[in-house]
Amino acid sequence: MSKKKTERPKPADVKYDNASEYVTFVVHTAKYRTLPTKKYLSRKKWVNQEPGNILATIPGTIYKIYVKKEGKVKKGQLLLELDAMKMYNKLLSPIDGVVKDILVEEKQKVPKNQLLLVIE
Amino acid sequence: MSIKRKSVDLKKRMQDALQGGGQKAIEKQVAMGKMTARERILALLDPDTFHEYDLFVEHAGKDFDMDKKYLPGDGVITGTGTVMGQPVCIYAQDFTVAGGSLGYMHAKKITKIMDHAMKLKVPIIGINDSGGARIQEGVNSLAGYGEIFWRNSIASGVIPQISVILGPCAGGAVYSPALTDFVFVVDKISKMFITGPEVIKTVLGEEISMEDLGGARVHAETTGNAHFFAESEIECFAQIKKLFEFIPWNNTRKAKPFPVKQPKTRTYKIDEIFPTDARKPYDIRDIIKALVDSSEFFEVMELFAPNIVIGFSRMNGETVGIIANQPLVLAGVLDCDSSDKAARFVRYCDAFQIPILTMVDLPGYLPGVDQEHAGVIRHGAKLLYAYSEATVPKITLILRKAYGGGYIAMASSHLRADFVLAWPTAEIAVMGPEGAANIIFKAEIQAAENPDEMRKKKVAEYKKKFANPYVAAAYGHVDAVIDAVDTRKFIIHALDIAANKSVHVPQKKHGIPPF
Repeated sequence: MSKKKTERPKPADVKYDNASEYVTFVVHTAKYRTLPTKKYLSRKKWVNQEPGNILATIPGTIYKIYVKKEGKVKKGQLLLELDAMKMYNKLLSPIDGVVKDILVEEKQKVPKNQLLLVIE
Repeated sequence: MSIKRKSVDLKKRMQDALQGGGQKAIEKQVAMGKMTARERILALLDPDTFHEYDLFVEHAGKDFDMDKKYLPGDGVITGTGTVMGQPVCIYAQDFTVAGGSLGYMHAKKITKIMDHAMKLKVPIIGINDSGGARIQEGVNSLAGYGEIFWRNSIASGVIPQISVILGPCAGGAVYSPALTDFVFVVDKISKMFITGPEVIKTVLGEEISMEDLGGARVHAETTGNAHFFAESEIECFAQIKKLFEFIPWNNTRKAKPFPVKQPKTRTYKIDEIFPTDARKPYDIRDIIKALVDSSEFFEVMELFAPNIVIGFSRMNGETVGIIANQPLVLAGVLDCDSSDKAARFVRYCDAFQIPILTMVDLPGYLPGVDQEHAGVIRHGAKLLYAYSEATVPKITLILRKAYGGGYIAMASSHLRADFVLAWPTAEIAVMGPEGAANIIFKAEIQAAENPDEMRKKKVAEYKKKFANPYVAAAYGHVDAVIDAVDTRKFIIHALDIAANKSVHVPQKKHGIPPF
């Protein structure tokens, strides 16, 4: 604002004179200069999940794990139970395969979407 | 007993009830930086207009020794008064009495004053400051909430319902504000959540402060639950009074007209504010201010989804609701949040006979996996639905970009806008010139010796032919292409002649909007 003393500052200049806050934003190949929102900047990037990656469907506590590392599992087999919202929630295997990794222990608290087991 | 002694007895009883939770509890309330329930009512209403009812109501708790306890007014103050000379019904939960907890009689007082408001067709203001359900009263306290929610739903669109969150509002209690028209929050005082930080920590192991979980700023910026954010309670009350200047008292009346005042066109010069290059940002609120009475724009949900701007102004003395894309933020795109925000505002204006002025300058919908998965189809559809269904006068002004689905959604003539005006800078097209040229001239660009050169040439060609308002005007999709300086005149005239508009809608119980 200081450099524009002789001119009456436009209302837009008063609030948004910090040009470094602007980003280039692409919508359908056209580029726009604009301000980002906090929500936009903190949005989650999409990552492809392997079908054998077992994620926590709901935040809760691991109640019981029914499989062992390197053990064979069949599609639909019970892998573990997740104690959440006053229920024991069953997680079943989506594929036939072998348990490659178990990343959690019984009684461990997990947030939603945490990777629990890997089946290949 | 003489009447004099009877009235001395009355005064004594009143004194007991008026003290609320007592001196200690009041001191605690003040220490938290909060006003007491009674102070709040008096600060909000016109001086000397508050009349209280149900002061002597007693609580209905029987178990856990509750029958031995006295809770003045059962933790809520109810009554009537005026705001700017117009009648309102009001209640304020008193945190100093049992934490403002909601028991059976507490809820009865609230539902009684809500019933009054509906009968008298006046606004209802609810000041929330409560620890939640009174556990000792068990299921009766749940019944109380349910009765309030039902009334909120039935009164919706009939009388204005204002919720003011001035303390905790947790668990089921949050759903009453969520059902009302406007929610006011105050920094560091308002707290709203379904499950508090402690439950979240014990059940899920996630640690978060109350402020970060459900503070005023979170609801004003992130969740969109709150419509107005203030730094202090006094500022909050000023905002409520300001809102009442713009809205009608019920759905059968029009908002109060004000003396006409011209916009401050010397401060807000359109040719200085407005870049004709569609890729350059500007603050749409400055254009709004260049057009409306005394350049006054009362913005609603300023901090949530700022890529669309909504709020109230006056045109020729009459209230209008304004919905405008904001090129300054995220290029003004429509996304889940902005569609939601605008759609609800359209429905508010339609319910209360407020004409809608839509200002269009957007590149389309926000691309991205997060948007698609968050349901941009479902949320975006809300805006189409709301605009199509609205029968109030709908005036649309296209300033620059109006591309693709965004063009249709922003009150196009196809959704029955009464008048669609466009500035000569408008670009009404299926998509931006770059994207369109890339698709239409794909073969030619690829075959060219210098594809970049060819692309530039073809983009320029397309721009010249289609990036203007005249193609849409040629088919009558736009009613008039107007000079920017004539905008106010055109809008006022359009509002004027659309004032008695009547629309035939097929008989139905109600539609099924994409909630």
